[in-house]
Amino acid sequence: MLDLEFMRLAFGAGIVVGLLAPAVGFFLVQRRLSLVGDGIGHVAFAGVALGYLLDLPLVLTALAVSVAGGLSIEWIRARRRNAGDQALALIFYTGIAGGVVLVSAAGALNVNLFQFLFGSILTVTRGDLAVIAALGAGALVVIALLYRPLVAVVVDEEGARVAGLPVGALNSLTVVLAAVTIALSMRIVGILLIAALMVLPVIAASRIAWSMRSTMLLGMGIGLGSVFAGITIAYYADLPPGGTTVLVAAVTVLLAETWSVLRR
Amino acid sequence: MSLALRLQDVTFAYGHTPAVLRNVDLDVQRGEFVAIAGPNGGGKTTLVRLIVGLEHPTSGRIELSVDKVGYLPQRAQAGIDAPLTVRELVTAGRASRTRLIGPLGGADRQAVRDAIDRVGLTPQGDRRLSTLSGGQQQRAFIAKALAGDPELLVLDEPTTGVDVEAQEAIAALLQRLRSELAMTILYVSHEFGAVEQFVERIVLVRGEIVFDGPPSALPGVWHDPSHSHA
Repeated sequence: MLDLEFMRLAFGAGIVVGLLAPAVGFFLVQRRLSLVGDGIGHVAFAGVALGYLLDLPLVLTALAVSVAGGLSIEWIRARRRNAGDQALALIFYTGIAGGVVLVSAAGALNVNLFQFLFGSILTVTRGDLAVIAALGAGALVVIALLYRPLVAVVVDEEGARVAGLPVGALNSLTVVLAAVTIALSMRIVGILLIAALMVLPVIAASRIAWSMRSTMLLGMGIGLGSVFAGITIAYYADLPPGGTTVLVAAVTVLLAETWSVLRR
Repeated sequence: MSLALRLQDVTFAYGHTPAVLRNVDLDVQRGEFVAIAGPNGGGKTTLVRLIVGLEHPTSGRIELSVDKVGYLPQRAQAGIDAPLTVRELVTAGRASRTRLIGPLGGADRQAVRDAIDRVGLTPQGDRRLSTLSGGQQQRAFIAKALAGDPELLVLDEPTTGVDVEAQEAIAALLQRLRSELAMTILYVSHEFGAVEQFVERIVLVRGEIVFDGPPSALPGVWHDPSHSHA
């Protein structure tokens, strides 16, 4: 399997995606914003469509539109706290509708959009891998450096605000990291399923971990394992890797939940 | 004593609804231990949210003469699913006193240990918060607020949901912290009996300040019968 270059590239991208998605998802899950990843994923679809229309690199257009969409969600959520789900719905549906219109305008409805929606192990190029590795490593370094203030906001947002932490900037950073993760992951896991890889490993980890830090690290381990298993199954069964990866992650949630119940 | 905070003719309303607080004037000196009491819905929580800057007055002025404020919100609980240890919770409270980037330094780790020690939770430092009793959890949140070295400590209903014994233990802890650290404490509760023997002032809020004075001057009908201090 690893004799094939496209599989080596897929696994290379998978390492970054498997580690980064749960690391970012950790903060979204703890802030009860699990669906934000889904919303940004739908906006990323509009970014892919824009890339087709303007003939620009799809990862970059998806990244730009995802960041704008994520910041919009956070802006609305911060100002109308009770309307968080409405903000998500607005961005969510505008993104997917915008994507359909733009793809149609680009005459690209006949291209294989399926691979962006659900991932493909055949599509990662050397150039993609370089972008994914550079941006992914950068995002992981940012999380490592700002772990403490990000956790402080997650644990008690109002307390952090009173203590003088830049809560708005840290919340915006979280959605920007989510947008980067989605744009980088769409080749492997797909726009419609990446949010699951951000959330499910963290849920599984929280059932078996003993602290916040161990939850994050175990989540990253489960994410990595899920991507590796998902890509391998996709290769041998000729299936979209997004689907297989997320199903593996879902099984880990069931196993972790079972273990958690049994040890009580 | 110098002034810690001053409210001048403060009125507050949520949107276009009737005012929750009207024409509030309040001075608190540095080092004072003040109980803010009153019925539910009387505006106590709104008052402290104004003081800590989470709300802004519709009219009037609020001046804080202290730099660092520790805040224990109402029904304080970590709003997260992940397991959280006492040490992780208290470390989160130290974030405002350290540089934003990078790991915690040695002095800050010691400050976290000291804060945990001050509330008597050193043996439970690495235990998950969810395994502690209600009173211990509140003490952990007080340690989190202490970790930021606050000059003003604001606690909103810190004894809700804990038994009378734990309420009085928390009150005694606050009195000790105040004398050891010379900090100003605002203690908000509709059950102020636990702190009545420690505070210099009780401020009763019912849409406006209806009483501001020492507990000894409090009309008998307002004393909290659940605590008796001979």
